Amino acid sequence: MSFLILDHISQEFPGKNGPIKVLDRIHLKVEKGEFVSLIGHSGCGKSTILNLIAGFLEPTEGGVILEGRQVTEPGPDRAVVFQNHALLPWLSAYANVRLAVDQVFKYKSKVWRHRWTLHNLDLVKMSHALDLKPDELSGGMKQRVGIARALAMEPKVLLLDEPFGALDALTRAHLQDCLIEIQARLQNTVILITHDVEEAVLLSDRVVMLTQGPAARIGQVLAIDLPRPRSRLDLAENPIFHHYRAEIVRFLHQREEKDQAAKLRLIA
Amino acid sequence: MSSQAVSSKLNAKWLAWPTPQQALEKLIVPFLSILAFVGLWAAIAQKIHTQLGAFPGPSQVLDQAAALLEEHMTERQRERDFYHRLKVRLAQAQAEGVPAAEIERLKARKYPGRPTFVDQIQTSLKTVATGFLLASMLAIPLGVLIGQSRILYLALNPLIQVFRPVSPLAWLPLVTLIVSALYTASDPVFSKAYLTSSITVALCCLWPTLINTAVGVSSVSRDLLNVSRVLRLGAWTRTTKIVLPWAIPMIFTGLRISLGIGWMVLIASEMLAQNPGLGKFVWDEFQNGSSDSLARILVAVFTIGIIGFGLDRLMLLLQKRVNWDKHAVLR
Repeated sequence: MSFLILDHISQEFPGKNGPIKVLDRIHLKVEKGEFVSLIGHSGCGKSTILNLIAGFLEPTEGGVILEGRQVTEPGPDRAVVFQNHALLPWLSAYANVRLAVDQVFKYKSKVWRHRWTLHNLDLVKMSHALDLKPDELSGGMKQRVGIARALAMEPKVLLLDEPFGALDALTRAHLQDCLIEIQARLQNTVILITHDVEEAVLLSDRVVMLTQGPAARIGQVLAIDLPRPRSRLDLAENPIFHHYRAEIVRFLHQREEKDQAAKLRLIA
Repeated sequence: MSSQAVSSKLNAKWLAWPTPQQALEKLIVPFLSILAFVGLWAAIAQKIHTQLGAFPGPSQVLDQAAALLEEHMTERQRERDFYHRLKVRLAQAQAEGVPAAEIERLKARKYPGRPTFVDQIQTSLKTVATGFLLASMLAIPLGVLIGQSRILYLALNPLIQVFRPVSPLAWLPLVTLIVSALYTASDPVFSKAYLTSSITVALCCLWPTLINTAVGVSSVSRDLLNVSRVLRLGAWTRTTKIVLPWAIPMIFTGLRISLGIGWMVLIASEMLAQNPGLGKFVWDEFQNGSSDSLARILVAVFTIGIIGFGLDRLMLLLQKRVNWDKHAVLR
């Protein structure tokens, strides 16, 4: 049995004229230690899938099964890195991570919790800014602290909700490299929501492409067979990398053209 | 580094030396406007004739302020003298072997003087502090509950909206009767007038804190609530670690408005409840009707204004200290 199963999930939200179907029978199996990206156009329901795995939402049909148990509520075994960092603005970087550590590892000693907090901030290279408040950190640094907080929970699945979407290209590249490094060390199971094609290929073992909403389905699953550890520089000249990239771009844009053609036909 | 950069860096610090232009703006402009006000007041005052003579101008008011201060000083001196004499008499009595009951009676004697203007200011401050604390202790917890529970909000919102606009003058008779009925200790620690005034103040300054707390609490960012769900924080931890800190700026906005209202309401309730504070002072002077009364009332008016301003600044300072949102402009 797979580590994480999205078992024929459909999701409807109430709308003005009856329920609107956002997801249509999403079925996906993820193995332990696998890095899976979900890619699709904005508004296709990518984030809804993440909210379902996190337990923020309950699916209309089907269910999420983690290690043989159905997900019914949020929990630290499915830590989330939020798009807008979601750090507590009145706490320092250290205190933000410590809050999570104190909650998840209540029964460990104080010294252990202190060291564990420092260790996780060190993983994301934030040891120099422990006492700074989110306000005093750049966007990239805030996201690093957010990742440290999630890693500190030692989750079974790490959920990343477009974590680098709001960052500039250079910062984004830095954080992606940082994530590659951490992944090489920790071998976490990761679900990444993204709309960045390069990011998906660079980081993932598999890329799951979603059709355009409403009622998004899994259109295609692409296994990324590139050796690890991966480096941005090496891959820049790797034809296989570019092949994967083109494959995804083709999927995303062919659909779009088809949809446009359908729309035009409707108008005519 | 240019000198301009240096000076702007200095200005960023609290209490930095202002640049000449800032000094001009911040000191000279208000000073000129106050001067203009005083001049206008002096000119108009002479033209208004009341039952108690001409309306007092700035100089009469200053005279009365000095007189009130002097009355306070002499009263204090008399009090010291009284207790000094009492001590001497006690020592004498003990030496002469006067019966113990007589000595106890002497010891229990209190100085019978009337409260001075300064005493009355102190009474007013104590009364408003009591009312404000009472209101805050009620409003903040209730606001936290209302902000987190939709049902509680629906249940209490109509009551809040109905009671909020009620004037202190309407509450006061009710509060007076209830205090008289319930507070029947034979040896009261607080006077009834003091309790009545404080409770009336509390009833009127409850609402801004309550409403602001509820709004602040209910506006907690969704992401932060999701963080608390991922961490499975209990209701108590969620409230103390996430909801309350989030709402702190709003709570303090409410507290500041509340204190302002409380101070305003206090004067009216002291007048009616005869609590020996500034309100009673104004009322007594009005009843007194001497030629100095108007000037004395004006001294009270300015005192009330300046203390109110001071209280507001104090709250602003506190608000700035506890505010985590450093982008917010508070004034």
